Amino acid sequence: MLPLTEFSSNGHTSPDLLSGLTVAYERPRALRPVVTHYCPGCTHGVIHRLVAEVIDELGIREQTVGVASVGCSVFAYNYFDCDFAEAAHGRAPAMATGIKRVLPDHVVFTYQGDGDLASIGMAEIVHAATRGEKITVVFVNNGVYGMTGGQMAPTTVPGMKTTSSQLGRDVTKMGYPVRVSEMLSTLDGAAYIVRRSVHDPAHINRTKKALRTAFQAQLAGLGFSMVEILSACPVNWDLTPQAALQYIKDTMMPYFPLGDYKVVEAVKGLT
Amino acid sequence: MSKELWKGNEAIAEAAVRAGLQAYFGYPITPQTELLEYLSRRMPDLGRVFVQAESEVAAINMVYGAACTGVRVMTSSSSPGMSLMQEGLSYIAGSEVPCVLVDMMRGGPGLGNIAPGQADYFQLVKGGGHGDYHSIVLAPASVQEAVTLTYTAFDLAEKHRAIVIIAADGNIGQMMEPVIMPPMREIVTGDGGWQLTGARGREHRVIASIGLEPEQLEAINFRLQARYAAIQASEVRYAELDTDDADILIVAFGSAARIAHSAIREARARGIRVGLLRPITLWPFPSARIAELTKRISRVLVVEMNAGQMVEDVRLAVGSQASVDFFGRLGGFVPMPDEILGQIAAIAARSPAAAPAGAGDLTGFQKPIRSWQA
Repeated sequence: MLPLTEFSSNGHTSPDLLSGLTVAYERPRALRPVVTHYCPGCTHGVIHRLVAEVIDELGIREQTVGVASVGCSVFAYNYFDCDFAEAAHGRAPAMATGIKRVLPDHVVFTYQGDGDLASIGMAEIVHAATRGEKITVVFVNNGVYGMTGGQMAPTTVPGMKTTSSQLGRDVTKMGYPVRVSEMLSTLDGAAYIVRRSVHDPAHINRTKKALRTAFQAQLAGLGFSMVEILSACPVNWDLTPQAALQYIKDTMMPYFPLGDYKVVEAVKGLT
Repeated sequence: MSKELWKGNEAIAEAAVRAGLQAYFGYPITPQTELLEYLSRRMPDLGRVFVQAESEVAAINMVYGAACTGVRVMTSSSSPGMSLMQEGLSYIAGSEVPCVLVDMMRGGPGLGNIAPGQADYFQLVKGGGHGDYHSIVLAPASVQEAVTLTYTAFDLAEKHRAIVIIAADGNIGQMMEPVIMPPMREIVTGDGGWQLTGARGREHRVIASIGLEPEQLEAINFRLQARYAAIQASEVRYAELDTDDADILIVAFGSAARIAHSAIREARARGIRVGLLRPITLWPFPSARIAELTKRISRVLVVEMNAGQMVEDVRLAVGSQASVDFFGRLGGFVPMPDEILGQIAAIAARSPAAAPAGAGDLTGFQKPIRSWQA
């Protein structure tokens, strides 16, 4: 029996079988045709795709330099088809500063998780934002250290059980989660700070729109831009993929409300 | 070209500018702050990049980022700040991108003090950060030499895709001396096939220090070690003074070597034949030359402004060919020529070959006021 679709090594379908058909959905040019290491149900893949689609649509792939962080997204440089550097844990905004300052006409973005950005890298993200570095930060917040196996993160919600808060996060001993978007929005250097989620298609679309605006803000030289994205980690949350998406909606969103925390006037004019 | 009076820190900054420095990232710390201050004016005047970072940790990672694009980039600090940069240096070494650092060393450990010291030798020469790596470490003994070494440091860094550290004690940064400044160089840009400049019309490039599979990481390490072997074979630098007829050899670097020079003049005036070997590259270390010299010279005195760090490398080079004594001052003290002369006299007194007949009473020099003997 003939297979319905035959995939070639570059991930595109064989031309013979496509005659008379139009391509409705394909891999973005800015993503490489490789298998990712992400776990089933993890939404990093969705977020990678959104970033790649935005890079394609803005036509900036050949002028973009990405900075990967330490954590689950450490291998982002293998997945995006643009130049990439791999930073030390938490230091991506400093590294991106170094790149952007010497390549001001290029587009520079970091892709960081919450342990990387909101714990060990808190100083670097705050100062990159307050200096108004013209970089874009994709901040993936899943409330847990994923790569090391599910320890408590600065964004772990109160009561959540992790491998290092096994009875649940007790805020009297372990403190409270950090709301990064709210905090950074107080800084004058920040041009665009929003929080989005990828738990359902409507929110995925809104996230993509925000990523587009964030990159446009950088292209227009308006200052620091960041999209915080609530993301699912079913394996470390010990939930099924579907239940994990529900967990974002029911448990994370009340603590980390979605919204536009900082949108300067000039950004509002971007389309 | 005429001689001008320059303060060490500012002279190093200007030498870097003239070498084609395109980006500087730094953080204030005594005794190197004038370097940062000078570049905060000079770099923007030339349309080049200057950023005062939020910490030394951020500064070195900004250097790392800029270095990934292939520009000439530098940071400067002093001992506690260098400690904070070690993580970044390990990543930079693992990524094989070139950069230049200046360490204007002060007294430690901990917050220590702001007086000159040489106790960063282990940290700078032996790696400092995690993993098997080396930086090329250059130790100037004058402001002029600091200028010359800084001017060539960028070429060295690019040639070997390595970290080059100017390791000067705080004296060098703080004192003023006459200097002939080298000419301003054109900024040269080129593509070596690794720089991150945007994947326009080519495959995407990745700069990382990761090698998840042991086979992969061992291959990276072999490549690094081959690089270091090439550096050891081609970049050793040292200066020698009066070693031809010496019975005692002093090995010292930076300010300690200059003071030893004064002591050697005094000793020779008293008939004790002392010579000096001053390593200019602390890594690669002039081990072969020290081994060569100590085939004939049987007494070695190592003088440092620390508790005995370089002396370990001297002992490795000397083996059992000669005796190795050590004299050091700690905590930011700079040794006095008389103290070193006392050490020379003590060695001469117990060595018939080195003690000249009629040298007179040397006992007065045998007891320095305070010292540490490793």
